[in-house]
Amino acid sequence: MGASARFGFWMKALQATAVAVVVCFSLGATDAGTRYNTLNHHLMCTCGCAEILGECNHVGCPNSTGELKELRAAIDEGKTDQQIMDVFEAKYGAVVLAAPTAKGFDLVAWIAPFAVFAAAMLGTVLLVRRWSAGTPQLASTEDVDPAVTALREKIRRETDTGNDGGY
Amino acid sequence: MATFGSLSLLIALALAAYNLLAGALALRLLATGQPARISPERLAETARRAGIAGFAAVTAAAFALVWSVFANDFSITYIMEHSNRALPGAYKFSALWSGQEGSLLLWAWLLGIYGFVLRLRHKTDVRLYAFAGVILAGIQVFFLAVLNFAAPPFALMKGAIPEDGNGLNPLLQYPEMVIHPPMLYLGYVGFSVPFAFALGALMMRYPGEKWIKITRVWTLVTWLFLTCGIFLGMHWAYAVLGWGGYWGWDPVENASFMPWQTGTAFLHSVMMQEKKGMMKSWNVWLIFSTFLLTLLGTLLTRAGLVSSVHAFAQSSIGTWFVAFMVIVLAVCIFTYILQRRHLKTEHHLESLVSRESSFLFNNLVLLTACFVILWGTLFPILSEYVVGNKVTMGAPWYNAVAVPIGIFLLFLTGVGPLLPWRSTSMRAIKRNFVAPVIALWVTAIVCLLAGDRPWKDGAFDAGNFYALVAFAVSAGVFTAIVMEFMRGAAVIAKQTGRNLLVGAWLLTRRNTRRYGGYIIHIGVVIVVIGLAGAAFNRTNESEMALHDKMTIGPYTLECVGATQDTNPNYDSQYALLDVSKGGKVQFQMAPEKRVYTVSMQPQTMVAIHSVPSWDLYVVYEGSNPDTGQPIIKAFLNPLVGWIWAGLVILVFGTLVALVPSQLPAAQKGGQ
Repeated sequence: MGASARFGFWMKALQATAVAVVVCFSLGATDAGTRYNTLNHHLMCTCGCAEILGECNHVGCPNSTGELKELRAAIDEGKTDQQIMDVFEAKYGAVVLAAPTAKGFDLVAWIAPFAVFAAAMLGTVLLVRRWSAGTPQLASTEDVDPAVTALREKIRRETDTGNDGGY
Repeated sequence: MATFGSLSLLIALALAAYNLLAGALALRLLATGQPARISPERLAETARRAGIAGFAAVTAAAFALVWSVFANDFSITYIMEHSNRALPGAYKFSALWSGQEGSLLLWAWLLGIYGFVLRLRHKTDVRLYAFAGVILAGIQVFFLAVLNFAAPPFALMKGAIPEDGNGLNPLLQYPEMVIHPPMLYLGYVGFSVPFAFALGALMMRYPGEKWIKITRVWTLVTWLFLTCGIFLGMHWAYAVLGWGGYWGWDPVENASFMPWQTGTAFLHSVMMQEKKGMMKSWNVWLIFSTFLLTLLGTLLTRAGLVSSVHAFAQSSIGTWFVAFMVIVLAVCIFTYILQRRHLKTEHHLESLVSRESSFLFNNLVLLTACFVILWGTLFPILSEYVVGNKVTMGAPWYNAVAVPIGIFLLFLTGVGPLLPWRSTSMRAIKRNFVAPVIALWVTAIVCLLAGDRPWKDGAFDAGNFYALVAFAVSAGVFTAIVMEFMRGAAVIAKQTGRNLLVGAWLLTRRNTRRYGGYIIHIGVVIVVIGLAGAAFNRTNESEMALHDKMTIGPYTLECVGATQDTNPNYDSQYALLDVSKGGKVQFQMAPEKRVYTVSMQPQTMVAIHSVPSWDLYVVYEGSNPDTGQPIIKAFLNPLVGWIWAGLVILVFGTLVALVPSQLPAAQKGGQ
């Protein structure tokens, strides 16, 4: 299998996945009937229990009931999700948000994991490509008789089952 | 008993210090060949015996603490703070790890047990075991120094001795808490052993990869303990905290998950070293990192660096841990730099599409996931330091960042076993991947048709989307593993003339490590399916007077009573609920709220009815102070049982992998 064929295969697989993801995302409409439940899972209870507002289960919690009422009222007033989050952040501080915002230094919290992931993947791909370029290539198996390939595969499996070297 | 315990700890410290110093000197003399008054072999033997005696001393200290708990010796501060007379016997044992000092003693004792077993088995490879024993002694010196000077468990009360103690934290008064912390600690502490072997092998320039074979069982057993510990913790959180979930991305939960990830990466990549002589430096650093992460976990839990609902004990021992981590890191770096030529790889990867590269990518994804969790745990501290603004890194952040990485890892779990070593052909890829890809897409379509759509009420629903992807990828991975099993089983069945099932059994016996690994992967798939079910959780909350009804999913809950009970250790209130389905009463549930008499702290006892498709999870939240009526919160949590079933499969797979392979008769004869 040549490098270009492999590249083409992976590109096609990537394209198919991207199309599937885009289709899934585009199926969503703009109706926001469950905003209350969604938003109370993006806010924290501020009583010190370190629980998501919608999951705080303390009877008589001094804060969660009030916060939930404020949330309900803000939705009824027609505020957007962002406006509601801003109001809560202004009143209780950034700790009331269950996740960092996507602005200022908070953005680093979101970018760093994906940047590290991408850099690690890219670095590894480049490294393996460099190694494989320096390794004598095996003869291509594309032109080999299918019966020979099947026999090789059978031999590989039958001889491989007895060793103790892991996978 | 307090004096006996304190003295035992002091003797244990002296013995560990002797083990460290005499052992190090003996190894130095052996390495340099310098003449000495005492033969290095004899000196090393005295060090080994000191290690064994040290285990006896730590055991005596642990025994003294447990004895004092049972004897209600409230002259000891630790016992006064963590026990009381009415505490049931089983929970008196848990007092050992319910506080700072006790849990450090548990750590030292478990390290003593591991060290004891290691030193008894020294004849396997005397020199390597001597190195590992000395390194373990170094770790033990640290913990015993903390126990003797910073967090003494036998410190005496000042002033009058109270009649009764403060009692055990109610959250810990649950059966799983008797086994969850020891399991977790066995996992944490156990990673000291492969760390000691890896560092020792590097220090002595151990030839070949035999040290990996020696430590394989240790690493796998340790990994199994840590896995069980994490899952038991999840089940405890699910059954006790009463919020309907099992994983809250709490810093302490994260602290246990991080070494698990690096340990899992090590278990995979170490196979590359054994088979191909690759990734030697990588493996050494993986095990170093795993050990350092176990220390970091303890630091996070104990030093109060981050706020956590699980941080039961906090004090100023953080400085000790930071200093020890710096020393360990310095030793690791110094040894690595000095001996790095010994770790030169024998082969390089030949192709991007090969089993070797799948191992490499698997490692990268696991390490990235570990970094993500570490980043999420420490970012609030960083944010406060940089911009003076503390932020919350809650479930929405982790779900957005860690879940996609987890799904990619699951994908690699299926891809790896389908790729041959070295390189592959397009034809082989097509042949191996057709069935898993078909299973993946069929499952995705079936899920979409069944109602798992990535949108809800007109808006995109990330939870449903991830669940859909997780179900589809799980189906693909499951198919890939079963296919791999069946291919091998068919060959064996043909060779032996037996049926496919017997073929699969014989195949597994011949290579327990590989097929045990596949069983573990099946367990992981089952766990992921269970986790994905969380996207469809439903909840309902209501104040329920007598004969009031509440509906959730197919169930109708009717309140048929609310009563109170008194117990020497706690008072409780509970509701009796008849649960009907299809108009017929099926069973009764009794969610409970306890208030512990000594501490006056409340505790939820959740009622759970579990079937394979879902859990009916009912919480007695308390009573309305105005009406006196019970407030009931019910959850319908799909597929939770699959998580625990997945764990059972995972444990079974690990046990299979631990059993030595049985070679076929032909190979036996040839050896």
